[in-house]
Amino acid sequence: MADFLLELRCEEIPARMQPKAKEDLARLFADALAKTGLAAGSIETFATPRRMALIAKDLPLATTAVAEETKGPKVGAPPQALEGFLRKVGLTAEQLVERGGVYFAVVEKPGRDTADVLAEAIPAIIRAFPWPKSMRWGEASLTTESLRWVRPLSGIIALLDGAVVPCAVDGIASGRTTMGHRFHHSGPVEIADAASYIETLRAAHVIVHFSERCRLIRDGAAKAAAEAGLTLVADEGLVTENAGLTEWPVPLLGRFDDTFLEVPPEVIQLTARVNQKYFVCEGADGKLANAFICTANIDAIDPAVVVNGNRKVLAARLSDARFFWEQDQKTPLAVHAEKLARITFHEKLGTVADKVERVAKLARWLVESDIVTPAKAGASGGSDPTPEVPASAGMTKEKLADMAEQAAQLCKADLVTEMVGEFPELQGLMGGYYAAKEGLPQEVSDAIRDHYKPVGQGDDVPTAPVTVAVSLADKLDTLTCFFAISERPTGSRDPFALRRAALSDLALTLTNNLRCTKLSVLKQVVANAPIFGPDSDSFAAFERIYGHSFDSGLTSSEAEAEDKRRIAMIADEVIEFLIDRLKVQQREAGVRHDLIDAVFALGGEDDLVRLLARVRALQAFVTTEDGTNLLAGYKRAANILKKEGYQSPLPAGEGSGVGASALDGVNPDPQLLSHGEGAHDAIEQTGEEDPLAMVDDPDIGDIVAEQAHALSGLSYTPEAAEKALIDALDAAAPRAAQAVEAEQFADAMAALATLRAPIDRFFEEVTVNAEEAEKRQARLALLARFRDAVHRVADFSRIEG
Amino acid sequence: MTAVPFYQPAPRDPARSFQDMILTLHDFWSAEAGCVILQPYDMRMGAGTFHTATTLRALGPEPWNAAFVQPCRRPTDGRYGENPNRLQHYYQYQVILKPSPPNIQELYLKSLSAIGIDPLAHDIRFVEDDWESPTLGAWGLGWEVWCDGMEVTQFTYFQQMGGFDCKPVAGELTYGLERLAMYIQGVDNVYDLAFNSSGVTYGDVFLENERQMSKWNFEVADTDALFDLFAKAEAECRNALAAGVPIAAYEQAVEASHVFNLLQARGVISVQERASYMGRVRDLARSSCEAYAQKMTPEWEAKYPEWSLV
Repeated sequence: MADFLLELRCEEIPARMQPKAKEDLARLFADALAKTGLAAGSIETFATPRRMALIAKDLPLATTAVAEETKGPKVGAPPQALEGFLRKVGLTAEQLVERGGVYFAVVEKPGRDTADVLAEAIPAIIRAFPWPKSMRWGEASLTTESLRWVRPLSGIIALLDGAVVPCAVDGIASGRTTMGHRFHHSGPVEIADAASYIETLRAAHVIVHFSERCRLIRDGAAKAAAEAGLTLVADEGLVTENAGLTEWPVPLLGRFDDTFLEVPPEVIQLTARVNQKYFVCEGADGKLANAFICTANIDAIDPAVVVNGNRKVLAARLSDARFFWEQDQKTPLAVHAEKLARITFHEKLGTVADKVERVAKLARWLVESDIVTPAKAGASGGSDPTPEVPASAGMTKEKLADMAEQAAQLCKADLVTEMVGEFPELQGLMGGYYAAKEGLPQEVSDAIRDHYKPVGQGDDVPTAPVTVAVSLADKLDTLTCFFAISERPTGSRDPFALRRAALSDLALTLTNNLRCTKLSVLKQVVANAPIFGPDSDSFAAFERIYGHSFDSGLTSSEAEAEDKRRIAMIADEVIEFLIDRLKVQQREAGVRHDLIDAVFALGGEDDLVRLLARVRALQAFVTTEDGTNLLAGYKRAANILKKEGYQSPLPAGEGSGVGASALDGVNPDPQLLSHGEGAHDAIEQTGEEDPLAMVDDPDIGDIVAEQAHALSGLSYTPEAAEKALIDALDAAAPRAAQAVEAEQFADAMAALATLRAPIDRFFEEVTVNAEEAEKRQARLALLARFRDAVHRVADFSRIEG
Repeated sequence: MTAVPFYQPAPRDPARSFQDMILTLHDFWSAEAGCVILQPYDMRMGAGTFHTATTLRALGPEPWNAAFVQPCRRPTDGRYGENPNRLQHYYQYQVILKPSPPNIQELYLKSLSAIGIDPLAHDIRFVEDDWESPTLGAWGLGWEVWCDGMEVTQFTYFQQMGGFDCKPVAGELTYGLERLAMYIQGVDNVYDLAFNSSGVTYGDVFLENERQMSKWNFEVADTDALFDLFAKAEAECRNALAAGVPIAAYEQAVEASHVFNLLQARGVISVQERASYMGRVRDLARSSCEAYAQKMTPEWEAKYPEWSLV
C-alpha cells in the first residue's frame, strides 16, 4: 500500500470555483483508478487560490492481473471465420483455447504498476477537468490545440510514496517542487511525500486545507469583532469566498465614518459584502455598527496600513451609496414610476408601466371583491380561522382598496432608482425606504417593500392586507400573462420563474386563508391581461371586451362567446398549473397528491383553502380502517357498474347548464345535455365509456341521487343487507352533503364511514346479478347511489391503493 | 570654453511624483520585458485597450511587447472637478505582452514594488474578473488586482479579439494611474496629487479642464453636430474598409465610439436607440479588426507556417 500526492499549481483560481473543483478532482481521480480496478483507502482534496491538491491513501502498488476471454468461432467453422478472429485478437491458432467445441482467445493481462497507471491518468484528468471557464496562455497558445486550464497551469507534483511519478502535460513535467506563499516565502519548496505536504506548506505560509482557512476566517472575524465590543454578522458565503482568496488569511477590523450609518443598513452591508467581501458587525443594540472586517492574505508589517487602505476604499463606495440614497430621494416614487414606461416587461406584454397598471387594478379588485379584507389578512390558515387583529384592523374596505392600488402603482418604481440600478437585489426594499421617507402610510411602504415576498419556500409570507393584495396581484398577473402568451415552463426551463410565482400565490392564499374560487379570479386576471395585444389577431377581441366597436366579421355575441372561451381556456390552464404546484408544495407537508386530484376532480372545487381542508379530512379518513374498506367497496361498486354498463336514469329536461366543464357558462359541447331530449340519448351521444362520468359534477350528482332515490320504491322485499344499505344511504347521503356544504369535512367523512359496514355486508350477502331483471336493476341503482354519495365528498376513483 | 557637464539624471521619486511613477514604469517595462515604449494614441478613446498597439497587435502570431500611457475619455464620468475620484479624462498605463510570458505575474508584482508598493506592507490580491468587450468582439480571463481592497490593475489574458482566437494569447495589464498614485502618495483627492517633484499638482494641470470639459460634455456639445459626426465617421470607416486600409477604418470606428459616448453624456439617445448605436459601433470595430487580420494573414502565414487565422 502506498500514499499518493498530486498538486496542480496555477495562477489564482477564482474563489467561487474552488469548492466544486475539489469535488471534481476527487471524482475524476477515483474514476480513473476504478477503470483499472484500483481503489484508494481514502481520498482527500485541497484547494487554495494557487493550487488544487489531492492525497490518496492506501493505494495498492499494482493492479490485479486479469485474464480477458473473447469468444471465437465454433470448432470446424469456415477457415475465413477463424482467420478473421485471429486477426482481431492478434493470436495464432495454437494460442486459442477450445472449450465445448468453441474457440476462446484468452489474454492474460498482468498487473500494472500503480505508478504507471497514475502517469497515464494524471494528464487525462488535467485535460478532462471541467472548469466552468478555461483559457489558453503563453507560447503554446500559438494553436488553439494547446492545453486549457482555469488560469495558466505552472507546476505538477506527483509523488507515490515519495517518488516522483513521471508524467507531463503540454510541456509541464511532474516533480516535487512547489511554491509557498506569494509574499511570505521566496524560492521553491521541495515536498518529500504526501504525509509531509500539509506541514511543509504551512511552514511556507500556505494553509492547504480549505476548511482550516474557513475556520481561521470565521473565528478570527468573530474574535476581532468581540475585541471591539461588537458582534460579527455571520456570513458563511463570505467565509468561503475569503478562504478562496487567501492562502494565509488574517481577518482585520476597521472602522468607517459613522455618518454613513444614515444610509440603510442593508445598503451598507451589501456594499461591503459584494464589492469588498467585508464582514459587518452589530453593536450591543443589535444595530449595524460602523465597523468592517476585511481578510488580508498576509501578516502585514503594520496591519493598520492595510486596514486604512481598505477603509478608504469602503468610504468611497459608501459615498457613492449615500449619493444614490440622497439623489433617489429628490424624486418622488410616483415620478420615478413614470420612467417604467421606457422599460420593456416582455415584448408581447408591454412595458413595466403597463404591468404596474394591471397590478394596481387587480389589487384594488381583490379588495373590492372581498378576497383580501382587513379581517382576513393576518389570519392563519385552517378550517377554523380565528383572525389575529392585524395592524390595519378597523380599516375600511375602501381605504384598503385605495392603499392597495397606491402601493401597487409605486411598487416597481425603485427599479429605475440609482440604488437599485447599482444593487438589483435591493429591489422592493429601497422602494419601501423611499416611500417611508416620502411620508406615505406605513401600510403602503411596507407593501412596496414586501410585495416580492414570498420568494421561494421558507421565505416569510406577507400577512398585512395591503401587502397581500399587491403581492398576490403581482403574481397572478405574471402567471396569467405568460400563460396567455404560451410561455409556460417546460421541463427545467422556467425563464420567467412561473413556478415560483405559483408557489407564492399558493402560499399567500393558504397562509392568509383567502377565500375565493380561483377560477373566477383567474378569469378576471386574464380579462385584464394584454393577451389581445395590437399585434395579435385578437386585437378585435380586446376591443370588444372593452366595449369598443371594431369591425371583426363576427357578430357581437359570437365574438363575446369566443372571448369568453379563450379567457376560460387560459384560466383553466393556470389553475391546473396551480394544482400541480399545490401537489408539489404539499408533498413536503405529507399531503397525498392523489387525494388532491380526488377532490379537484369534482370540478367545482377551486377554492384552494376549502380544497385543502377537504383533502386533509379525506387523507385522515382514507388511512383509517373504515376508509380503506370503504374505498375497496367503492371500487368494487364502480367496477360492477362499469361492467354492467349501468346507466343512471335521468329525468328529461334537467340537464341544461350542468355540463362537466368547469368553464362557467361555457359549455364545450352544447349537445352534451340538451333541452327537451331524453337524457339517455344525450348521454349516449357523448360516447363516454362511463356514462356516469358526468356525475362527477356535484350539481348533476344531486339530480342523479334524487332520481335514483325516487326509483327505489322497490317492487320486491329487499334482503336484510340490501335494506340496511338503503337505510344507511338514506341517513348518510344527506348528512355528508350537508357537512360538505357547511365545510365540516371531518363530519362528511364520518358520514361516509357509516356506509362501510353496510356496503361490506351488502357485497357479502346480496347477489347484484340476480336473475330477475327488476332486482338486478334495483341493486345496480343502489350501488350507483352509493357511489354517488361517496362522490359528493371526493372522486374516490382517483385515490390510489 | 566651459565643458558641458556630464548629465546625471536625478533619481526617480515614484512615491512623491505622478510623472516619476510613469517614468519608473517606462524604465521597468523597457528593461524587464523589452517593451517598446509608445506615446499615447492621438485620438480620443474610452480605454487603453482601443490603442491599435493593443487591439490590432493582439491579432496575429507575431510577438509584441509594448507599454504606453493612454489618456482615456469617459464623458459620463465627468463631475465638474467636484468629485475626488471621478474624472472624465484620466490616464491608464497599459502593458501588452504577446505571447504572455510564464513569469508575467512576477513581472507585474515587481513593477508594483518598483513604484513603491511593498507586498508585505500592503495586501495584494488577484480577484477573479473576466473581461469582455462586445464592441471589439473580444474577451479574456483574468483578475482585478487589489491593493488593500482597492482595484489598481486589470489583468487579462486575451482569448479572442475581433472575433478571432488569439494565437498566441497576449497578457494585458491596465494600471489605473491616478488611483495608484493617490494610494502611493497617500492623498484622498485626485487634484491633490503631486504631478512632479517641483510643486505642480494634478489639480494645477487638470482641474480647469475637468470643469470646462464636464460642462461641454453634458451641456454644451452641439448634438446635431455630434449625430452628424457619428454618421460621417461611420461612412468614412466603410470608405476605408472598401479601400483596403483597415487601420484607417479602425480609427474611424474609435472616433464613432467616442462620439457615441458624447451623445450618451448629452442624454439624447433613448434606451431603444442606445442598443442600435452600440450595434453600429460594434459592427465598425469588428469589421475593421477582421479586415486587418485578413489583410495581414498572408504575411503572417508566410512567417509562421504552423499558424492559421481560424
